[in-house]
Amino acid sequence: MAASDYPVDLSQAMRMDPVPPGDWLIVAPLLITILGGALCLMTRKNTDAQPKVAIIFLTLLVLACAGLLARVLDKGVLTMVAGNWLPPFGIAFTVDAMGATLALVSSIVALAAAVFGINDIDKSGRRYGFYPFLLLLMTGVCGAFLTGDIFNLYVWFEVLLISSFGMLVLGNERAQLDGAVKYALLNIVATTLFLIATGLLYGILGTLNMADIARKAAAGGFEGPLMTVAVLYFLAFAMKAAAFPVNFWLPASYHTPRIVVAALFAGLLTKVGVYALLRIFGVLLPDARLMLSDLIAVVAIATMLTGVIGALAQTDLRRLLGFLVISGIGSMLAGLAIGTAPAMAGAIFYAVHSILVMTALYMAAGVMRALGGSYSMRELGGLYRASPVLAAVFLMLAFAVSGLPPFSGFWPKVLLVDAALQDGHGWIAGAILLTGLLTTIAVGRVWIYAFWRGGAEGTADGQLTATLVVPDEVRGPGVWLPIGLLLGLVVLIGLQPEFMMQVAQRGALTLVEPLGYLRSVFGDTVQ
Amino acid sequence: MRTVIFRTIAPYLAALMVLFSIFVLLRGHNEPGGGFIGGLIAASAFAIYGIGCGVAAVRRAITFHPMSIAAAGLFLGGVSGLPSLFTGQPFMTSQWWYVHMLGVEVPLSTPLFFDIGVYLVVVGAITSIALGLEERESD
Repeated sequence: MAASDYPVDLSQAMRMDPVPPGDWLIVAPLLITILGGALCLMTRKNTDAQPKVAIIFLTLLVLACAGLLARVLDKGVLTMVAGNWLPPFGIAFTVDAMGATLALVSSIVALAAAVFGINDIDKSGRRYGFYPFLLLLMTGVCGAFLTGDIFNLYVWFEVLLISSFGMLVLGNERAQLDGAVKYALLNIVATTLFLIATGLLYGILGTLNMADIARKAAAGGFEGPLMTVAVLYFLAFAMKAAAFPVNFWLPASYHTPRIVVAALFAGLLTKVGVYALLRIFGVLLPDARLMLSDLIAVVAIATMLTGVIGALAQTDLRRLLGFLVISGIGSMLAGLAIGTAPAMAGAIFYAVHSILVMTALYMAAGVMRALGGSYSMRELGGLYRASPVLAAVFLMLAFAVSGLPPFSGFWPKVLLVDAALQDGHGWIAGAILLTGLLTTIAVGRVWIYAFWRGGAEGTADGQLTATLVVPDEVRGPGVWLPIGLLLGLVVLIGLQPEFMMQVAQRGALTLVEPLGYLRSVFGDTVQ
Repeated sequence: MRTVIFRTIAPYLAALMVLFSIFVLLRGHNEPGGGFIGGLIAASAFAIYGIGCGVAAVRRAITFHPMSIAAAGLFLGGVSGLPSLFTGQPFMTSQWWYVHMLGVEVPLSTPLFFDIGVYLVVVGAITSIALGLEERESD
């Protein structure tokens, strides 16, 4: 984007005309999750009612987010300013196609997790607040996707962080506390950097509203200090997104909590960091992104390759999946490094794909553990005979995460590779393709060991030593419904990518040409 | 800590502090005070009562579990942003009602209810932490 000034007539910015009730969809996701979380917290002693209340509110959340996305696609970027204060001063919620899409996909994943949690979270886990934490985590996640104010973004990060601490230690085991300390420490460092950078940014530009920051940064005159801020933001959100080399907290903590919590974290948390990077370097500080693009590209490639190589080296299923989460983050950062509209669209599409597929993979791992008694690939075996359905589900998810057609992982990789080649980044394209190949090997290894081999390590070919009992906890809709829902979406997006492609392109357009974003906040006076 | 003097004084002190916290809460709209600081004063009242007379006495006195109080505050805070939906204004726009009670005009507003929500969240959360720490000590 060319560095141009966007003159704004602030006297026109105060809009007194009535707000259509439909615009309340912008804040509806937050209201639904806050009120639902509060209700769940009040009734947390009633462990039978907990999942029901949570599922009702999360269904409402999915509907609200779907309505919001439909409205954004219909009317363009939407803004609501809390308390009707002037946009640069009041706290604005500004929703574009990217934010609305990610909020919708996240809420679907949260609903799936709530259903999966019925079996996975026992009574004491419910009393210690799994469902209130789940709803409040969604408050933070949706708030981060929908807000148009950078300090408000920080607040939502805190909300989701605190809820995630609670979920991480659910169960109070030694390993969980160990994982939680690493997770908490690194995330608090990242959040503090985020806050420091925001303080500096406020000191430089005197505003926290994202659209106003974009406007004032584009006016020029502060390139040096803004570069400092940009680098701090990049470090902070790279930590949150688990980008190389500040990602060691993820494999150290994601294998400790209950599997449904791990599934939720793998799906959502790192993507919020990626979202913040896309938003800040796309809309707020596009000039800094140009300067940093080589650095981002190096980080992206290193993240992709170290992630997938880490996955190849693991024997614990959950750690392996954790490394695959990291590897996916690299692909999204590659989109940011290239920075053209198709590349940004690829990054958004990849985020959607990664949210769905990683959550489903962790849930499938939970079922594999229930059938085979272990997360270790040395001890698993013979699962194909125990549950051919699970074998098929895992194979489809494995293809999806590797980026093979006809599943959801294929299209974002097509977009990213194509954008990389068009923009002369052949090595990024090569890294994405190589990562895809290595990912296929990593997940193929899991499938061969856990499903094809007859039993634990050392079983001879053709022998079947595994016991084929299907325990009660993995029968019934509570397990298969959420996995089926996520897998259905993965297949649907793979076979019918047009809708998601359009939405991702709409989101990317706002990122590379934020005029619509600014107009939504300041009215049509923005030139 | 449980000297006779402290044990005797603690209930009265706690009662006074809770009363003062409500005063601080209500004056907070235009003057120093408000839900957060009021909530802190009330939470310290419960903490003092707990140190003086035991955690069980505090839990009996506040009837509800502190976390439930915090949740009720969160709920109230969320709901207080809703009335502007019906006046065609954005979320959290303040609405005012002037009620005449016993010959006095009492201004009621949505920020007041939001502040009460904040008060309850702070009371609940801090009391929960304080009682948890005191319980551990007396075991």
